[in-house]
Amino acid sequence: MQKEYKTVTEISGPLILVEGVEKAGYEELVEVRTPAGETRRGKVLEVHKDWALVQMFEGTTGLDQSAAVRFLGRGVELPVSAEMLGRVYNGSGKARDGGPEIIAEKKLDINGLAINPTARDYPNDFIQTGISTIDGLNTLVRGQKLPIFSGSGLPHARLAAQIARQAQVVGDSKAEFSVVFGAMGITYEEAEFFMEDFRRTGALSRAVLFINLADDPAIERISTPRLALTAAEYLAFEKGHHVLVILSDITSYCESLREVSAARKEIPGRRGFPGYLYTDLSTLYERAGRLQGKAGSITLLPILTMPEDDKTHPIPDLTGYITEGQIILDRALHQRGIYPPVNPLPSLSRLRDKGIGEGKTREDHANAANQLFAAYARGREAKELAVILGESALSEDDLKFSAFAGEFEDKFIRQGENENRTIEETLSVGWELFKLLPPEQLKRLKPEQIKKYLR
Amino acid sequence: MTGKIVKIAGPLVIAEGLADIKMYDVVRVGARKLIGEVIEIKPDSAAVQVYEETAGLTPGEPVVSTGEPLSVMLAPGLIATIFDGIQRPLERIKGQCGAFIEKGIDIPALDLEKKWRFVPTAALGDTLRAGDTLGYVQETTAVKHLIMLPPLAKGGVLKNIEAGEFNITETIAVVAGENGAEEKITMLQKWPIRRKRPHAGKLPPNKPLITGQRIIDTLFPIAKGGTACIPGPFGSGKTVVQHQLAKWADAEMIVYIGCGERGNEMTDVLQEFPELKDPQTGESLIQRTVLIANTSNMPVAAREASVYTGITIAEYFRDMGYNVAMMADSTSRWAEALREMSGRLEEMPGEEGYPAYLGSRLAEFYERAGRVTALGAPQREGTLSVIGAVSPPGGDLSEPVTQNTLRVAKVFWALDSALAYARHFPAINWLKSYSLYIDNLEQYYVNEIDEDWPQMRAQTAELLQQESELQEMVKLVGMDALSGREQLVLEAARSIREDYLHQVAFDEVDTYTSFRKQYLMLKAALAFYQAGLKLLQQNKDVTQIFKLPVRAEIARMKYTPEKDLPRLEKLPEEIAQAAGNL
Repeated sequence: MQKEYKTVTEISGPLILVEGVEKAGYEELVEVRTPAGETRRGKVLEVHKDWALVQMFEGTTGLDQSAAVRFLGRGVELPVSAEMLGRVYNGSGKARDGGPEIIAEKKLDINGLAINPTARDYPNDFIQTGISTIDGLNTLVRGQKLPIFSGSGLPHARLAAQIARQAQVVGDSKAEFSVVFGAMGITYEEAEFFMEDFRRTGALSRAVLFINLADDPAIERISTPRLALTAAEYLAFEKGHHVLVILSDITSYCESLREVSAARKEIPGRRGFPGYLYTDLSTLYERAGRLQGKAGSITLLPILTMPEDDKTHPIPDLTGYITEGQIILDRALHQRGIYPPVNPLPSLSRLRDKGIGEGKTREDHANAANQLFAAYARGREAKELAVILGESALSEDDLKFSAFAGEFEDKFIRQGENENRTIEETLSVGWELFKLLPPEQLKRLKPEQIKKYLR
Repeated sequence: MTGKIVKIAGPLVIAEGLADIKMYDVVRVGARKLIGEVIEIKPDSAAVQVYEETAGLTPGEPVVSTGEPLSVMLAPGLIATIFDGIQRPLERIKGQCGAFIEKGIDIPALDLEKKWRFVPTAALGDTLRAGDTLGYVQETTAVKHLIMLPPLAKGGVLKNIEAGEFNITETIAVVAGENGAEEKITMLQKWPIRRKRPHAGKLPPNKPLITGQRIIDTLFPIAKGGTACIPGPFGSGKTVVQHQLAKWADAEMIVYIGCGERGNEMTDVLQEFPELKDPQTGESLIQRTVLIANTSNMPVAAREASVYTGITIAEYFRDMGYNVAMMADSTSRWAEALREMSGRLEEMPGEEGYPAYLGSRLAEFYERAGRVTALGAPQREGTLSVIGAVSPPGGDLSEPVTQNTLRVAKVFWALDSALAYARHFPAINWLKSYSLYIDNLEQYYVNEIDEDWPQMRAQTAELLQQESELQEMVKLVGMDALSGREQLVLEAARSIREDYLHQVAFDEVDTYTSFRKQYLMLKAALAFYQAGLKLLQQNKDVTQIFKLPVRAEIARMKYTPEKDLPRLEKLPEEIAQAAGNL
């Protein structure tokens, strides 16, 4: 039986200060009983020989100095077992679907441990999402962390659901596939959209959901992604599943971190976010990957909304420095009614070149993709020029590139929400578009490829 | 002397009761003996930055000082090994605790049991000084690991030296000092990472580090012993450039530091380097590489140490007389680790929360690069080139880490997101980048490449400069308003950009271009411009040559294998001829 302290002296924001503590460990789990008899949890943020600073996961509303505090002598843990599949939890890991507690096979510390780089296996299995702008240009591979940079009002949820629905590794039908969904501060409707989609497609029975809604305690969000990733690690590396983890919305997560940091009166970094935001985010994102000698993998698809569509805002900026690329949604495309509004130019998949080519997709994939990028970039430039000077000012070549850009948006980027294109289909749309360009300008393609595919 | 923990806040631990400690002494923290380093001393307490996860530590746990500064082990066994930020061997950690790194692991950096064949070169009776070579171990087929008297050894007369199989802690030689005191020499040296290793004198760099990357070698070269920085927003290809340099630079040793970056990038190096061949020696690239990995999710304090660990190992190989190139990806993560510790120490922040000493730390670090005469005999000249990636927040180069780096690094490769979006790689902006080594290297180019190389280089740079001015004009008045000469400049510059500067790192042939091939390629690209000028002189329509079929040949030059270079030699003439026939 742990000692109970009734020595809370300060309560400020999500933090409480407990004095006279004899032995509390850094990052230790804490249980606090409120005067109303409710039990809440928190963790130790800072310890001194006679006091401890505790961050409450479910907020401090209703707490006062008579609260009873117990230090549990362990970190925050998640009970795991294969029965988790099909279950819905709240943001701090308690069942939300009214079902019984699972019989835990084991309990895992939600902070996880850093993967030894020598134990990683390089991600190089092509995942076909059926979406041309991703498969063709910014290819997703198994074990990658590829965020979706979105803005408010853009259809990131539909895109993520479409990926979860359609993603498959061609020629690997035996593998067990599951989805872990971590919702941080999203609205009821958005969460319901995902659940409905999972239900409709039968994906719910192989999904684990951790839901913290916009009106749930903001501080709880700090543990939500860690719970989701702990469940994913268990399923991937102990049960051999290929796990797709969707985390939405990272922006709300970071804002909760900022709240805690501000309450601790730390020196703020850019836009008030703490200086350790990079390190903190990396402890989430770096948990994706593959391990040598293990069948499973964790593919991570975090979603974040860029405040004011600003890519240089610290959240997308630091995310981009950690993840292996990014899929960027574009408001202009969206307003022109193009779905999915993925702007391929600033989007990137760093692992693309290891996941494509002969034996994986097709031998012309890399060159065709590079040619599409280069031609679309030049076409957009030409279009901008035409806006200023009129089309008559464009050279003959530039006119063709300008026309190409328009067709590219209409045929290649645009596709249906339930349209699942194979990689061959995606590439042939691309080759069809090359016909619009002057042949001597197809510099990124090899002559033998032109002979074979440009008909 | 044992102290006690009184406070824990993230990687920072405050301890009391540690008497007689010095700044930067290594301490073991808590019951699990986590490794830490003293970074501040107050009358009754000391601040310790802990290199491992501190979760679970409690006040009252013991803190023990080792009395020594943080040091690295230097001996055979370094090459082809991957270490973490404080030189723990990751491969053997995996052997002990599996795929995830646990806390409080204590494994020596190098294998203490493994026997190496030591071949003496010093003879009995020789008088030896610090830095003198005793012999060598052929560590890998590519690298002869010289065994030197440590830099602080007193030296004396060689009393005994043995050839044979030894591990790194066995005595291989005995040196008798002036007063007859005997000093036993092993192959193992230790050196504190925050102190630069001494040398006999610095020299100005005079040879280029040839990287096989055309834009770097041609326009913005780095010298052997020089410093360079690559700042760029995410996705602009910093890491690919760093990897390309680690693969193809003509250095004898490479030290690659992954500082606060992605785990998969280190895995990539580990899996790819053993397969690739060094174009100079034909040996596997891993045979000349030492890797330091402190990925972004590994403890933040060890990130701060990792760059020092790496550069100390690099200096050690430099002292053997090698050309060593070190890549640090990314120095911004190191600076952020400094900032985090500084914040937790509640120091007064400088710009953007970085500590006021950021600039001097960066300068100290880059100054450890250079071309030097090594300590001791036989006379050896070694170079250490340092290439640091910088990750400016939001791609904004006015931020403190970039600005402080630019003050000390001599080469600036500015990565540009607009180029990256158009998939023009390497996305090094040719208008913003610079190299301050061009004058130092001119003599080398004239002697080794061709005497018109400096002039070709200048012409290339000028064409690109003119292009950017003309493009502004095109935006205002359109293409038709330009004169023939101006249109030619635009077309020639486009060809230089697309056919010469653009280089595909993932193409088997294009990934590396020898200097000879670079010369031939540039010659051909410029021949197109000259042919155009000639047409202009004859008052002919210059745009005719834009459509010449020979231009397809120019576009394909980059895919011409090194063995088919004679094909490129003929190109300039063919271009002139084709233009002449118009």
